[in-house]
Amino acid sequence: MSETTISKEEVAHVAKLAKLSFDDSELTQFTTQLGDILNIFNTLGEVDTAAVEPTYSVTENVNHLRDDVAHNWHQKQGLLENAPLASAGLIKVPAILEDEGE
Amino acid sequence: MMTIDFFDNDLTSLHNALLNKQFTASELTKATLEKIEKTDDKLHAFIMTNPEIALSQAESIDEKQDFAHVLSGLPLALKDNLATKGIETTGASKILEGFKPVYDATVVEKLNQDGAISVGKANMDEFAMGGSTETSYYSKTANAWDQTKVPGGSSGGSAAAVAAGLVPFALGSDTGGSIRQPAAFNGIVGMKPTYGRVSRWGLFAMASSLDQVGPFTRTVKDNALVLNTIAGFDIKDSTASKREVPDFTAQLTGNIKGLKIAVPKEYFGEGIDPKVATTVKAAITQLEAMGATVDEVSLPHTKYGVAAYYIIMSSEASSNLQRYDGVRYGYRADDVKNLEDLYVKTRSEGFGDEVKRRIMLGTFSLSAGAYDAFFKKAAKIRTLLIEDFNKVFANYDVIVGPTAPTVAYGLGEEVDDPTAMYLADVLTVPVNLAGLPGLSVNAGFVDGLPVGLQIIGKPFDEQTVYQTGYAFEQATRLFEQIPDIAKED
Repeated sequence: MSETTISKEEVAHVAKLAKLSFDDSELTQFTTQLGDILNIFNTLGEVDTAAVEPTYSVTENVNHLRDDVAHNWHQKQGLLENAPLASAGLIKVPAILEDEGE
Repeated sequence: MMTIDFFDNDLTSLHNALLNKQFTASELTKATLEKIEKTDDKLHAFIMTNPEIALSQAESIDEKQDFAHVLSGLPLALKDNLATKGIETTGASKILEGFKPVYDATVVEKLNQDGAISVGKANMDEFAMGGSTETSYYSKTANAWDQTKVPGGSSGGSAAAVAAGLVPFALGSDTGGSIRQPAAFNGIVGMKPTYGRVSRWGLFAMASSLDQVGPFTRTVKDNALVLNTIAGFDIKDSTASKREVPDFTAQLTGNIKGLKIAVPKEYFGEGIDPKVATTVKAAITQLEAMGATVDEVSLPHTKYGVAAYYIIMSSEASSNLQRYDGVRYGYRADDVKNLEDLYVKTRSEGFGDEVKRRIMLGTFSLSAGAYDAFFKKAAKIRTLLIEDFNKVFANYDVIVGPTAPTVAYGLGEEVDDPTAMYLADVLTVPVNLAGLPGLSVNAGFVDGLPVGLQIIGKPFDEQTVYQTGYAFEQATRLFEQIPDIAKED
């Protein structure tokens, strides 16, 4: 089985997917560290798992179903107080699209 | 000023003192807060305390004289990743600075219902990512036994606070050892219950298929009493078990005659400090002398546990931590051009390096090219680890070994070496991957630092785990040893 490695360009790509940005020296450091960690991950290749089913959770439950009843938490004020910027009872964010003004 | 010594008083004796009016809940809360005020500049176990809220809760309990429940009026610390309504909860991250949840975690609600009083939020690794509490944005917590050493992590603040006698009990969370390892490093009792035993509602999600909340205490009986309160079904957590919650103190007899103990040879392999191994082996000999049978067994996939764990945990965490984007709560970066820029800048400035590393690992493990080789492969190794445990539990009652490969190391020694930090989790992560209950109790000391004895049970068999820990603790009475920091009064 081929070993997985990671290049600086791939680290930059993963950062973009994760909505993180790194400067050049951080990218270099993360590439080295992630490479070292991938070496640990690659040891899993030693184990033959062709006939093994994956386990994604150990819960015994399928789901808990609640009655379809609406609850009003009356939490709007508390939620808005947590927002970094709020106005007129709404959370304020910067423009989503460029060149369309405020 | 009244002082209360939590080393001379377990939860039951504090409860009796309140019932007999030896002191009031208000006096107890005040004395606890004063002790924290006096000692915590050496320990940094707390991110913050909430004296006003705690004292008003205590006054209301005193007015009602409602000491029906064993925890009524007793002070505790909460790990800062448990949501507390109206009280700042940060997960020790800059990105949640100032965040005040609008609801209580289910475990907090249950403690409130039973009259327990949270006096503050305990320090931890940022979003519970770390094994030394050094990745906290706010401060570095010291070990209760030696303030130049780490307290372990990620629940290091909770563990140090109990071990130093600042509070009689605390809650932590354990995704890959974050209760058991700091309990071991501080010489106290820490329980990671079976997955599903305790509701995760209001616990800041790190890895949803692994996370569990559990108690830190000085004694096994205290631990069982706290689990009695926080365990049980919760409609708000789809993974909370509907199984009946037994009285976890019911099997604390001190008798373990005929108990079948398995000792995995892999838990004494490469990387385990020989002095730790010797101390734990002596503890196992003690259990044998008390009438348990002890056999060596094999858990052959143990060495793959760390790799499988770090892939699964980081994948789940990278998904769970997408919610921190600077829009609805917490930190928001300045000088941003548009919404995309706001997300990227907020996350890059708001998360510390260890959190970023795990988000990167998880995003990579789930990405198109790596999914089969990493995420799916790790999930298959998880199956093999579970099968290893099942085979042993077909013939044995508990599995016993060290909690951590070493005793507490020096502050600053390992924080910049992520691979060394990850590999140190080898003895605790398989328990989370399999969803089993795991307890750490003090096995003794190496060079003045505590060593943890880990006791692993069958799913939902916390009772036998506690029974084993209790018998050992009562025979050795190591919990009577007190760290110097608590003697300075």
